[in-house]
Amino acid sequence: MDVRLNEEQMMIRQTVRDLARSRIAPRAAEIDRTGEFPWDVVDLFRQHDLFALPFPPEHGGLSGSALTLNVAIEELAKVCATSALILAVQALGAYPVMIAGTDEQKQRLLPDLAAGKKLAAYALSEPGAGSDPAGMVTRAERHGDEYVITGSKIWITDGGVADTITVFAKTDPAARSKGVSAFVLEDAQQLKGFQASTIHGKLGIRGSNTAELQLDEVVVPAANLLGEEGDGFRIAMRVLDRSRPGVAAQALGIAQGALDYAVGYARERKQFGKSIGEFQGIQFMLADMEAQTAAARAMVYWASQLIDDHSPEVTHHAAIAKLLAGDAAMKVTTDAVQILGGYGYVNEYPVERMMRDAKITQIYEGTNQIQRVVIARDLLRA
Amino acid sequence: MSTEVALHDPLSARIESFVRDFVRPVSSAMARGAGPRPKDVVGAAGEAGLAGILTAPDLGGAGGTHRDFVSFIEAVAREDASTAVILDVHLSVGTEPIIVFGDDDQKRRYLSRLARGEWLAGFALTEPAGGSDAAALQTRALRDGDEYVVSGAKTFITGAGDADVYIVMARTGEGRDGISAFIVESRWPGVSAGQPFTKLGLHGSWTGEVVFDSVRVPAANRLGDEGKGFRVAMAALDSGRVGISAQAVGIAQGALDVTVARARERRAAGREVDEMHLADMEAWTAASRALTWHAASMVDAGQNVTRDASVAKLYATDACVSVAHAAVEMCAPDSALDDHPAAVRLRDAKACQIYEGTNQVQRMVIARRLLRVE
Repeated sequence: MDVRLNEEQMMIRQTVRDLARSRIAPRAAEIDRTGEFPWDVVDLFRQHDLFALPFPPEHGGLSGSALTLNVAIEELAKVCATSALILAVQALGAYPVMIAGTDEQKQRLLPDLAAGKKLAAYALSEPGAGSDPAGMVTRAERHGDEYVITGSKIWITDGGVADTITVFAKTDPAARSKGVSAFVLEDAQQLKGFQASTIHGKLGIRGSNTAELQLDEVVVPAANLLGEEGDGFRIAMRVLDRSRPGVAAQALGIAQGALDYAVGYARERKQFGKSIGEFQGIQFMLADMEAQTAAARAMVYWASQLIDDHSPEVTHHAAIAKLLAGDAAMKVTTDAVQILGGYGYVNEYPVERMMRDAKITQIYEGTNQIQRVVIARDLLRA
Repeated sequence: MSTEVALHDPLSARIESFVRDFVRPVSSAMARGAGPRPKDVVGAAGEAGLAGILTAPDLGGAGGTHRDFVSFIEAVAREDASTAVILDVHLSVGTEPIIVFGDDDQKRRYLSRLARGEWLAGFALTEPAGGSDAAALQTRALRDGDEYVVSGAKTFITGAGDADVYIVMARTGEGRDGISAFIVESRWPGVSAGQPFTKLGLHGSWTGEVVFDSVRVPAANRLGDEGKGFRVAMAALDSGRVGISAQAVGIAQGALDVTVARARERRAAGREVDEMHLADMEAWTAASRALTWHAASMVDAGQNVTRDASVAKLYATDACVSVAHAAVEMCAPDSALDDHPAAVRLRDAKACQIYEGTNQVQRMVIARRLLRVE
């Protein structure tokens, strides 16, 4: 598929690009250095209605197009991967409701997320259940009109700052994937028995909030069960179809940002009496970085368009987009550090941050090894 | 296959039946160099209504887009890369310069014969001393009244010895602005071709030298203005690179097909399958296809495609070698045999990194555009 952005998408891209350059780029190094969650970026997104991008107009949103959203994530990630993740996770946290919610649940939960009044998160992974989410042990027991949830979740992006959190838990602990159900916690941080502890010491995306959640008999109304009991795993997988291209867009932006910086540096930096961009060794590196980034973009847009078209091929292409974009981000940022040499290795220049930020894109939303399993098993299905 | 019926079918159906009825049955003979000669390949494509896919219908062509063209080349290359490169050269660098730069008289005289597959077209740019540095070519065209006298030697010419007409770049002056393009018929006195080279792969495609010894070429056969030949060549290569990208996608897909079939057998027999490697092959192939389609659509939209064509060519042809190499590994030990489909594809794939500008030239093209100060 050859995906072209329409006029509206190009306009939104330009708006986000301008905002990213003027307001977020100057903050990126500081966000990384302090490791503090950038509430000013949240405010900026609110002011400029960026949180509305993942949502359709009927739920208070602007678009609901995956392609539009992912183009915006790409633009933000060019300058600051942490900021891009705030938008990506607002979408991720809302997808379970958008995919499996009733009209009542959507009307009740989505408009506040689209307005940015509330932040969303998505709690699937557990200490003992990472690549194998069906092995989760968090329990949800029904008591009348309520469920009582007990267990722990880990690596939850925005888990310590989000209000609206979709939590996956076993309603049938004897079953694997068929025993999983999905619940929405509202005003999660105020709930009795809910405790979020921020995880410090990350390699990259340092300003992003990553939390471990303890749920000790947290009470959730049955009205906040998404779908039926036992639908949770299927919902989680459908969420991944949509969220993987979002993470891929973040990776793509990181790669493009590093490439842009390396190109600028190669033009300016003089050695042996000429700019290093005149040396073939540097030129060939830049060309390979460009090709890998272009390939990643082609697949991110392709997968995004398949989401917008409601195509059954989306799982396969979402996995390919995530795999290629994550691997491209790691390779391109590593080569950008190489082109800057010693300057690339220190935090006065942005590329070492980009290299650290890139690594997570090969890990979250399913490691790239899991993406390969998804792709290969699809091929091997006779 | 009946021409009348074929010409009424949509292009996708014509492509499907041409691949099924012509390409697949000759593929293993082509890989051994024992298939139909290039002219017969183009003749068969002509009967299927596919030898002039980019040529306008009033000149006997299919009036297709570059997206149609790359779909065609990919589908053919998935079965056999030799057949694909014969058709690619004929359709893109052989025919397209006449479509784009030819005058009405030239179009009338050449395009319908090429589009019907009666004649085979070739593209003669490369010389022994002018490979990646095409502007260093030495073949001369001296004006003599209403004619030019063309002398020089070209090498690595696809279709050499079988083509009826060559697009020839020759020097009418000095430097890059001293190159002009000509349509030269192989039957004219002074045109001769050497024996086809014995190559690593693409055994069904003829590649060799073409020598022009004081060939008298009518001035009416000059393509575009005098001194504008380098532009003709570069424009042809922009589009030609998109075609080679499509060939690379087809080779990669063919290698993947073989590997998936083999992996299914292994799994059915309860043996391990390297899922990681298989997934990479699929991912690289899919991205190559996306880049190729994107570049083809840019050509159709009339946009400058130089950088995007080079990106597609670089990525897709590097990918097809990696994919074919992985296919050989995953189909071992059978793939060590000369005629195993994975082995054939590895040999064929290598050429894609070299022709239509080596991948080192693509990297120069891409880097120079990146580094240009906006």
